[in-house]
Amino acid sequence: MAAFLLRRLANYAVLVVLAASLAYLLAAAALTPRANYEGRAPRPPEAVVDAQLTRFNLNDRTPLAERYGTWVAGLARGDFGRTWQGEPVNAELWRRLGVSLRLLVLGAVLGSALGVLAGAYAAVRRGRTADLLVTFLSYLVLAVPVFVLAVLLQIVASRTNQATGLRVFEWVGETTPGASDGPFGALGGLGDRVRHLLLPTATIALAQFALYSRYQRSMMLDVLQADFVRTARAKGLRRRDALLRHGLRTALIPMTTYFAYTSGLLLLGGMFTEKLFGWHGVGEWLIDSVTRGDVNAVAAVNCVAAAAVLLAGMASDVMYGVLDPRVRTGAVA
Amino acid sequence: MNVLEVTDLRVGFAPDVQAVRGVGLSVGQGEVLGIVGESGSGKTALALAVMGLLPEGTRTSGSVRLRGEELLGRSDRELSRVRGKDLAMVFQDPLSALTPVYAVGDQIAETIRIHSGATRAAARARAVELLDLVGIPGAARRARAYPHEFSGGMRQRVMIAMAIANDPVAILADEPTTALDVTIQAQVLDVLRVAKEATGAAIVLITHDLAVVAGFADRVMVMYAGRAVESGPVDEIYRRPRMPYTIGLLQSLPRVDGPAGEGAARGRRAPIEGPPSGAAPPPARCPFLPRCPVADAACAAAEPEPILVGPGGHVAACVNTSATADPAAVFPVPDVAVPPPARRPRRERPIVLEVADLVRHHPVYRGALLRRRAGSVHAVDGVGFDVREGETLALVGESGCGKTTALMEILRLARPQRGRVAVLGEDTAALSPARRKALRRDVQVVFQDPFTSLDPRMRVADILAEPLTTHGLPIGRRVEELLDLVGLEPAHAGRYPHGLSGGQRQRVGIARALALEPRLLLLDEPVASLDVSVQAGVMDLLEELRARLGLAYLFVAHDLAVVRRIADRVAVMHLGRIVEIGSVDEVYGAPAHPYTRALLDAVPLPDPFLERRRRRVPLRGDPPDPTDPPPGCRFRSRCPRYTALDAVESRLCDEHDPRPRAVGHDADRSVACHHPLIAAKVEL
Repeated sequence: MAAFLLRRLANYAVLVVLAASLAYLLAAAALTPRANYEGRAPRPPEAVVDAQLTRFNLNDRTPLAERYGTWVAGLARGDFGRTWQGEPVNAELWRRLGVSLRLLVLGAVLGSALGVLAGAYAAVRRGRTADLLVTFLSYLVLAVPVFVLAVLLQIVASRTNQATGLRVFEWVGETTPGASDGPFGALGGLGDRVRHLLLPTATIALAQFALYSRYQRSMMLDVLQADFVRTARAKGLRRRDALLRHGLRTALIPMTTYFAYTSGLLLLGGMFTEKLFGWHGVGEWLIDSVTRGDVNAVAAVNCVAAAAVLLAGMASDVMYGVLDPRVRTGAVA
Repeated sequence: MNVLEVTDLRVGFAPDVQAVRGVGLSVGQGEVLGIVGESGSGKTALALAVMGLLPEGTRTSGSVRLRGEELLGRSDRELSRVRGKDLAMVFQDPLSALTPVYAVGDQIAETIRIHSGATRAAARARAVELLDLVGIPGAARRARAYPHEFSGGMRQRVMIAMAIANDPVAILADEPTTALDVTIQAQVLDVLRVAKEATGAAIVLITHDLAVVAGFADRVMVMYAGRAVESGPVDEIYRRPRMPYTIGLLQSLPRVDGPAGEGAARGRRAPIEGPPSGAAPPPARCPFLPRCPVADAACAAAEPEPILVGPGGHVAACVNTSATADPAAVFPVPDVAVPPPARRPRRERPIVLEVADLVRHHPVYRGALLRRRAGSVHAVDGVGFDVREGETLALVGESGCGKTTALMEILRLARPQRGRVAVLGEDTAALSPARRKALRRDVQVVFQDPFTSLDPRMRVADILAEPLTTHGLPIGRRVEELLDLVGLEPAHAGRYPHGLSGGQRQRVGIARALALEPRLLLLDEPVASLDVSVQAGVMDLLEELRARLGLAYLFVAHDLAVVRRIADRVAVMHLGRIVEIGSVDEVYGAPAHPYTRALLDAVPLPDPFLERRRRRVPLRGDPPDPTDPPPGCRFRSRCPRYTALDAVESRLCDEHDPRPRAVGHDADRSVACHHPLIAAKVEL
């Protein structure tokens, strides 16, 4: 298994390098950080701008190959370069990754777990009210773009706050400055964080829920009629137990692929949520960097995203092996 | 005392399908009841109704009593205490009936733990005992293996072990051997017998195969269109069947011990062909009426009630039992007006297909994604035969012996990995693409499964016209001609495949193959997926076409009875090799290879009397791993004869791979065995 994973990792490494390089080349060829200087009120002299841009490896007058070489050399030392304002990309990247993960993890885990359960339940109650309800809800959420959903939630939250006269919901930023200085100290700070998390988590969880409940419902429908579920009932298991122990367990196997790849992409997909709730995460940064023509930041985010997707792919391979004995033994293909 | 009693059971599926219509049965302790019927007769619905495992929304009425206690109408919770404990079931397909993600030992242990609350360790230990009882070698080790690591026969043993885990009082077995090879079928039936003796349970054995029931059941019930149309003691039913359907079923059955293939079966027509009256039976008439040869006015008046027709509670649901007193006279023997044109002797007929030393190895890769080549499956490993004009050569053997691979290699019309294939005298290795396409007109194929081998989105007319357009031939009235040729109506041309019955679809498959007027037809198990009554009709058609059109057939089959009926010559394959080849009469009459002998022995006869008296040497174990054929004779690990040899004789088998050599007085007969059974007879 270890040898297999190493080999897989090597394959993935090649892919990450390829994806990151293409992203860098595209960003470097298309974005113009020079425009940022040209818009300044006392326009800086050409030579100063050139020098500045060259210092950050952003000068479009340097040949692309040379810039790429410099970037790769930096990357080899684990350095993603600097933004157009001279900030190191690395520090900002890690900080923002932390923000994104704090924002997304809870919603993603909650959404997929609830989605799987609701999907499985809907499949079992196929055609009944519960199924129709879950189906309707998931289609509704799927049909509504995330930014509309988020705004709707914010409206509902603001009405609730008005009605109750309390600030139950917060939807701007990650914390209220000075929250932990209140009478409850650190506990108050935590409570404040939780209040800020409620709405974005609900947004993300709803979107994930809608997706997973559809996947899981169709997976589960396949195993509902499976002979081995019937065998399990013939052994004396009740319908519910047979479906849980034998049906759901088997229907989860193909879901690992979805889990892995969706969570790899979630990082980037979170950009709307970040923007709308004022969380300064990776997604928001990517959009801002593109508008600012910040080549190194864009390349760095892309590089991390590529690595995340491929790591997720590897996690899915491992999970598949753990869940499915037919893959584990590597029987005659 | 009857442990399982079913009275007036009715099962209805939404919206208006009556699968079971008032069936009653009773089975006593240690008794075996065989339920026989073709697909759609309601036998599986009956079993599931007894178990309470029918899908939701099914209407069930009547009574099911297990040791006097009513089961019907109980809640899932209450039934789950009975299921798996007192009432167990063995399902048809052991591949899909076991959960793929749990070890088999755990699955058996689960059955025990649900009902007895035994500790995990105790249940595991008991599971190993049970696996040992059903004859799984190395039970303690194999208990930790997963279902996909077992062969079909071994999986079915696991299913039986699961069924007897809690000493049930009744076991329902739904087609337990249908998916298995004859040799494995014989083994599994033996295991079922052992299970019956170990638990003393009553067994209900559901099957479409009258031969399986003959030697195993005490009583037989025949189902047709959701009704029990005849039931009684097994000897009575087989000796003196009184319901025309049973009579037809018994007569249409191909038999290994029957008169030999060519011409002999010609006198018997498929007596009960026609679509079985399926879903919605018209009320108030005998459902068998449209197919019945002895129907009279009374049959259309009401659905006949079962009446006593013989000793031992032999009942038949037929109003015209006076006409069925002599079963042989029920179905008219068709006057064979046109005797088949006399064929020239084999030596004088031209060779259509010649295969010499054909080899096809599939590479095997191990590891899920880390693909490294671990060896090769010796699917076809040096096969040679010839087919002459106007004759049928059958390739038979267990699944995995390479018979279908051999056929597909020939069909490729390309250079084989090794050896030589010559079609109509042309070596396929030397063909130009244009010549190869031209030659395809002469070699056509009919596939096993008529449900998947026809494009569901094409009308029959388009399916039949497609080969013609592909080869740029005019269509004209050819579609109608072809439909007529295979016994279909012109109206069928406008239908889609799903609007046809299985037998009709296979006829379309045959018509498509004949569209280009081929000279050689490759048939891959063409009747294996059809009901017995339909099978007979398709085989008759194939025989008639061969005689009329002077075709040559290469016929792949696993069913030795079918082969006996249709083939002139037979080649028995084992592990990629032909172990014996010769005319059907000689090979079946006096098999020379121990494997042929064992295959023939394993085929059950549809005759309870003969079946009980048969002394057979069952073949042990499964075929060896085709990636690693043993040195010397490949059959020796399973060979019943090998064990009886002395040291000097068996050395020959250990060290030398037997080459085919001629035996008997037929020049075209050969066997690959160091100690053939006929040679031994001559020596005596």
